[in-house]
Parts: sequence; structure tokens; C-alpha cells
Amino acid sequence: MFESIDLSLVNWSRAQFALTAMYHWLFVPLTLGTTFIIAIMESIYVKTGNIEWKKMTKFWMTLFGINFAIGVATGIILEFEFGTNWSNYSWFVGDIFGAPLAIEGIMAFFLESTFIAVMFFGWNKVSPKFHLASSWLVAIGANLSALWILVANAWMQHPIGTIFNPETARNEMTSFWEVLFSPVAINKFIHTVTSGFVLSSIFVIGVSSWFLLRKRHHTLAKKSILVAAIFGIVSSMVLIYSGDGSARQVAKVQPMKLAAMEGLNDGKEGAGLILFGIVSPTKSTEDSEKMKEISMKIEVPKLLSLMAFRDQNAFVPGINDLLTGNEKHGVMSVAEKKERGDVAVRYLTDYKEAKKSGNKVLTDQLKEQIMSDEFQTNYFKYLGYGYINNPDFLIPNIPITFYSFHIMVMLGMWFVLIFALSIWWVVKDTIEKRRWFLWLALLSIPLAYLASELGWLVAEFGRQPWVIQDLMPTTTAVSKISKESVMVTFILFALIFTTLLVAEVSIMIKQIKIGPKEEGGTEQ
Amino acid sequence: MIAAISYSFLQEYWWAIISLLGSLLVFLMFVQGGQSLLYTIGKTELQRTMLVNTLGRKWEFTFTTLVTFGGAFFASFPLFYATSFGGAYWVWIGILISFILQAVSYEYRTKPANILGTKTFEVFLIINGLLGTILIGTAVGTFFNGAQFSLNEYNQVTWQTPWRGLEAVLTFHNVALGLSVFTLSRVLALQYFMNTIDNEEIVARSKKHIWYNTIAFLVFFLYFVGWLCLKSGLTYNPETMVVDVERFKYFHNLTQMPVVLIIFLAGVVLVLFGIYNDLFRKQGKGIWFSGAGTILTVFALFLLAGYNNTCYYPSIYDHQSSLNIRNSSSSEFTLTVMSYVSLLIPFVVAYIWYAWKSINNKKIDKSEMEGNSHKY
Repeated sequence: MFESIDLSLVNWSRAQFALTAMYHWLFVPLTLGTTFIIAIMESIYVKTGNIEWKKMTKFWMTLFGINFAIGVATGIILEFEFGTNWSNYSWFVGDIFGAPLAIEGIMAFFLESTFIAVMFFGWNKVSPKFHLASSWLVAIGANLSALWILVANAWMQHPIGTIFNPETARNEMTSFWEVLFSPVAINKFIHTVTSGFVLSSIFVIGVSSWFLLRKRHHTLAKKSILVAAIFGIVSSMVLIYSGDGSARQVAKVQPMKLAAMEGLNDGKEGAGLILFGIVSPTKSTEDSEKMKEISMKIEVPKLLSLMAFRDQNAFVPGINDLLTGNEKHGVMSVAEKKERGDVAVRYLTDYKEAKKSGNKVLTDQLKEQIMSDEFQTNYFKYLGYGYINNPDFLIPNIPITFYSFHIMVMLGMWFVLIFALSIWWVVKDTIEKRRWFLWLALLSIPLAYLASELGWLVAEFGRQPWVIQDLMPTTTAVSKISKESVMVTFILFALIFTTLLVAEVSIMIKQIKIGPKEEGGTEQ
Repeated sequence: MIAAISYSFLQEYWWAIISLLGSLLVFLMFVQGGQSLLYTIGKTELQRTMLVNTLGRKWEFTFTTLVTFGGAFFASFPLFYATSFGGAYWVWIGILISFILQAVSYEYRTKPANILGTKTFEVFLIINGLLGTILIGTAVGTFFNGAQFSLNEYNQVTWQTPWRGLEAVLTFHNVALGLSVFTLSRVLALQYFMNTIDNEEIVARSKKHIWYNTIAFLVFFLYFVGWLCLKSGLTYNPETMVVDVERFKYFHNLTQMPVVLIIFLAGVVLVLFGIYNDLFRKQGKGIWFSGAGTILTVFALFLLAGYNNTCYYPSIYDHQSSLNIRNSSSSEFTLTVMSYVSLLIPFVVAYIWYAWKSINNKKIDKSEMEGNSHKY
């Protein structure tokens, strides 16, 4: 069904998509969280009538606007790159993937874009309550748009609620609710948006700390820190809870990703969770260059088993178990999966040939067989393995996945500490005296961005080589375009995004230095 | 309720939704048209700021409509999405780049420490105004003139020219549509300026330029429509799905679908009436007539492209690979699910209308631009 495609084209297409996604994700989390922080501040203003809260609202809104514009710019590219660079994928999954995108546009984007105009330009044109409602609707719209794209992404990690139709050569949706309420999707959505809330909280606390270090805007800074820290700590709790849920789902539906996250070569019962470790630069076995050993590790015994399966003695499969199989623990080998994938590919080819030759009886018979539950569950589910010739290809990049995961978790814990201390010292009204803490809070801003990007590296590097888990390898999903074309657009996008990022950071820093206007917003 | 509707009706319904989104997009491209006129109408910094601000309060509607148009096409006719975007690579990349530049320009243009300078962002807006309209119009022109692609039995596309979509500009009929969209977007923008800006010089200059742009628009549009009525098109047999060439296909579509003909004519009349209204009668209200007329006209053109067994994305290379609303749509189940979601559209339109009116209840003037309110 799929042709083998020049690997360098695949890698350039991957690089372009990764570039766009990573740039996009630099801006989205701040949008997701600051909209809520702004709405909370404005609610307090409307409730109390205290002009200080209005000033605060308008100041953070100005920074939000600068960030929002570039997020929109990178977002449009991401949507259309599914078509321009991954056209085989677009057809193969369009019946499922397209629907969330369309719903996102109709339900979320219009909500966001309509009320953002009221939010910025409506202060003197609409009533305070309508303005406040607009701010909340922007926050809801922004987060709703994240819902639909994350549902689509979750489906790629765990395809569910669909059936493959050989006639159209694509997956077709059979249950919208299964796609929408897949446990992977729910955890992914909650985990991703709350990570945005945490990043935004750290951003607000960091910028406010800078004001306190400079002995400026004391009231605004302390109130902002308090709102952001409370929002941040509540979000962190949900983030940790959904992270735990995500880990369990990964263990269930993407065990290779979990093994790579923990650098687990050989599975074991009562597996420990690594708190710290170094990935050895050399390969660990003669068979695979991708396998790595983890040295100097500090491990909490049995915790990985407990987290993944809610049983401290449960067996967690390692990379070797997933490649060669483990009969005792019911882990199917790659060889077995490939055999099944080959059967799926053969049936599909036979179907197309029967159709071409006009043999209607055989065509109908094959179609019925392919679309039967038995075939879909036992053979089609492994279709992608039919295109994998080297099992080594199935091992994700272990250093990137391992380090990204562990650094992300460590940073997440660090942010909880920042939030807790911020609340404590603001309530005690001693935060200004703790300059070392204010510096740490300020320096945590880039760390929050790092953690956020690392989260996506775990999710996306960890699932390679699959663009759709077990069904479609990334190598078969690309558009048939010249490598040179993609190289040129990669360079173009890199230049444009980088230039705009520099412009954005420069404008943002300047606006922060200028600070809030007396009547709200920032001085121009 | 929707579950009882036939698959073929759902396909037609979704083509109508795509047509509606496409027509709304063309109307909202008055933002792009206005950007291309920044230096023509705005002779001073203050005047340009007024223009940027009146357009800036609407740019996100255009942007969002473009994104929704793309998303809805992906969802309802994924084979078009995979074929055109994956094939006509350079055309779509050109369009996208012009929109990236637009998205940041409003917000960053006058901000302090904007390292690229105000002029650069104004140039970005002009680039988007030119490329966005002309390229989208030219790309839509391929709905009538076709493109050079083929599909294999797994519906995977192979583009048959190395120009990856840029070859569309070699067909003047495509370009004529691009230029029609460009000049119409400028006419609409000028009408929008007259509707929303309280500045005599801008209004007088806008009125003068409506003349020039209307004449240019009529030349390109009449050429496009005239040639469309004369040209052949690809038709498919709904039973066998075999594609054939039909002479005067689009003219036949007009005569065989009188409702579409009426919508088309009503649209054209409304556009012209709106222009007449701004030129000869009470100034500033013409945008509403011309806007409604634009929506109706473009809506009718999309229906001509996709209804009456017409291939809406003809393949010049291999007629049998051509796309129509039957062979390129999503499954019945997906179209049904999305049809439920589409019931939200009237609600979306209602709140957009309400918010639009709330923001536009007072014309932009010098004092607002010099005041402390948020501005671009």
C-alpha cells in the first residue's frame, strides 16, 4: 500500500514539522494560562471596583497580546503542514483527524478571535460585565482549541473508534465518543493545558519578581504573584495527577515509549523508577546501536511497576521484551507482529488486484474479511509492522526520551516549590526581603519553557517510528515532494520564525521594562 | 434526525458549508485589500494608523475563517486536502508565509523595541494583501481549470509537474480569478474605510479609488465569468463514476441549477448596488450590500464547481483522478457527526455579529488614535 520513500525527505519533513511545532509550542502555553489569570484578575476588579486590579489586568493583557499574535502565526502553518508535508497521512486518517480540526475551528477559534477583539478594544465600548464575559470566553475558547487538536494527537498515539475500509484505503470513524473520550485523550488534554497554566504562572511570578527586585510596582507585583502562585499550585496538582494517568496509559498502549522514558532494556517485575541517571554514550548490546545503558542511577524500588500498573510487583516490559517477545508475560514479539502486518498488507493488495480485474465476488469477499472484527483486531492492528524491515527501527531515541522525561519531572517539582514559597512569603509579606528567591523565580521562566518543550519531546520522540501507533510508520506518511523543496521551506520557516521570535522577545522585554500605565495597559 | 439523511445529501450539505466558508473568506479578505492600500489611502502616519486599526480589529476573523476553511475541507473532503496541499506545495506555502507575516504585523507594528521597524511590518501587511488575495484566488481558479496530478489505487497523489502548483499562474483564467479577488477585496476595503473611519480625507480618497478598483474588478471578473461559461468542464457519471469532458459544462450548470443562477445574479447585483450606494448615495453603508453580494456570488461559484455531477478539482493529467464531492468526501458517519456540530454555526454567526456591532458602534477618529486605549 505504501511506497518506500527517500529517508532524507522523511527526515527533512520531520524536521520541518518539529520546527513548526516547537516554535508554536513556545507561545501556546502562555496563551492558555494567562487568559485565565487575566480573567481571574478582571473578575476581582469587577467585583471590588479596585482600579489596581484593572491596571493589573490590562498590563498582563498587553503581554498576552504580544505572545498571542505569534502563536496564531505559527499555528496556521502547523494545520496546513498536515496536508503539504504529510499528504499520505492526511488521506489515511483524514476521516478521523479532520473532524476535530473542523470542530476546533467552528467551536473554539471563532470564540477566541471574536471576543479577543472585545477584550482589547471593548473597555470603553461595552459594559464591564460584557467585557469580563469576553475575557472568560477568550480563555475558554483558547483552551477548547487545545482540546480538539489534542484529541487528534491522542488518536495518533492510540487509534481507537475506527475501522479500516479497504475500498477507500483509509481509517473511518465508527465512534466519535470513543475518539473524544479516549483515556489517552483525556489525560493528554488535562496534562497539556495544565502544563500551560503552570508555565503562565511561572511567567507571571518571574516578571513580578523582577519588578520587586527593581523596587517597582510593589502592589501589582505582589497581587500578581499571589494570583499566579495559587493558580499555579492548583494546576500543578492536576498536572501531577494527569501525568500519572498519562504514564499508565503509556504503559498500556505505548510500552516501548515507557521503556525508552526509563531506559529499561530488560523488563522486570517490581521495576523501580529512576530519579536520576546518565545514559551511557555507547551501545549496550551488539545487536542494536540504539540500545543504551543507564549508569549512576538513583532508583526508587518498585515505583515504576506501581505507577504503571497499580501493582508494585507488576511486570514492566523492557525494550528487549518488546522486540523479541516474552511469552511468560504475554508480550508479543516484533516478528509475530510483522507476520500479522504482512498478512494485512497482502490482503489489501489482493483486494486492490481483485477490484482492478473486475472480480466482484472476490472483491466483496475480501472486503468483508478485511472489515471483520477478527481481522481488524488480529491483523490490521499491526499493519504498520508490514513496512518495518529492521526491528531496530522500532526503538525510539533513548537519550532524548529519557532525559526529556526526567528533566521535565524534576522541573515540575521545582515549580511546585516556587509556587508554595511564593504563597507563603506573599501572605507573610516578606517576599521582597528574599531577593535570592526573587532571582530564582525570575530565572525559572526559561526553565518553564524548557519543561514544556521537553514534555512534547517525550510524547513525540517516544512514539517514533510511528506517526499512528502500530498502523503507519512516519516513513510512509510523507508527501511525495522533492527533498530540496522541503529543505528550502525548512530554512525559510526557520529564518522567519527566529526573526519573529527575536522581535517578540525584544518587544515583550521592553513592555515589561516600561511596566503598567497608571490607568492600565502599558506605556507606549 | 441527521442520521436519517442520505450520504449523498450529507456530501452536498458539506460542499455547501465549504462554499459558505469560502465565500465568507473572500468577503473578509477586505482586510487584505485594505492592507494593500495602506500607502495609497493613508498619506500621513496618523491616517495609516487609523487604517491599520480599523482593519486590525477584524484581521482575526479573516485568519480564523481561513483556518476553519482549511479544517473543514480536511474534515469533509480529506482527499482534496491531501491532494492539493500535498501536491501544489509552493502555492500553499506562499499563501501561508504571507499569512504568518500578517499575524504579527498588527500587534508589533508600533510597539517600542520592535527591532524590524514600523515600515517593515507595514510592508508585511502589503505583501499579505497582495499575495494572500491573488494566490488564494488563483488557487481557487484551479477548481475550474484543473491541476496536473494523478492518484493511485490507494488515493495517494503524484504531482505531474516539478512546479508544484506554481504552474497555475500560466493559465490566465486562474490569474483572472486571483485578480478579481484582489480588486474586489480592495473595493470592499475602501467601502469599509468609509463605513468605519471618521476622516474626510480618507473618505474622499477611498471614494476616488473605488472607481479605479471597480473598473479593474469588472474587467477581470467579466473575463472570468465569460470564459467560464464558454469553457468545457469535467463531469462524472454518478452510477459508474467515470469522468468525461462536457462542453459548456459551467454554462450548463447555471442553466440546470436556476437557484444557483439566481443566487449568482443577486450577488452580482448587490455588489454593484453597494458600490453605487457609496459612490452616489449615502456614504458608508455600501459595504453591507457589497459584502452580502460577495458572499452570494462566491457561494454560487463554489456550487457551480461542485454540484451537478461536476468534478470540483479536475485533473488535467488524468481525468479519472479528478476529485468530486462523491469520491473525495469523508465517510457517512463522520459527515453526520460534523453535521451535528454545524448546527452551532448560526449561534457562532450571531455572537460574531453582536461582538462586531459592539466594537464598531463608533467610528475610529483622530482622538481615539491619540488616546490611551489599546491600539495597533
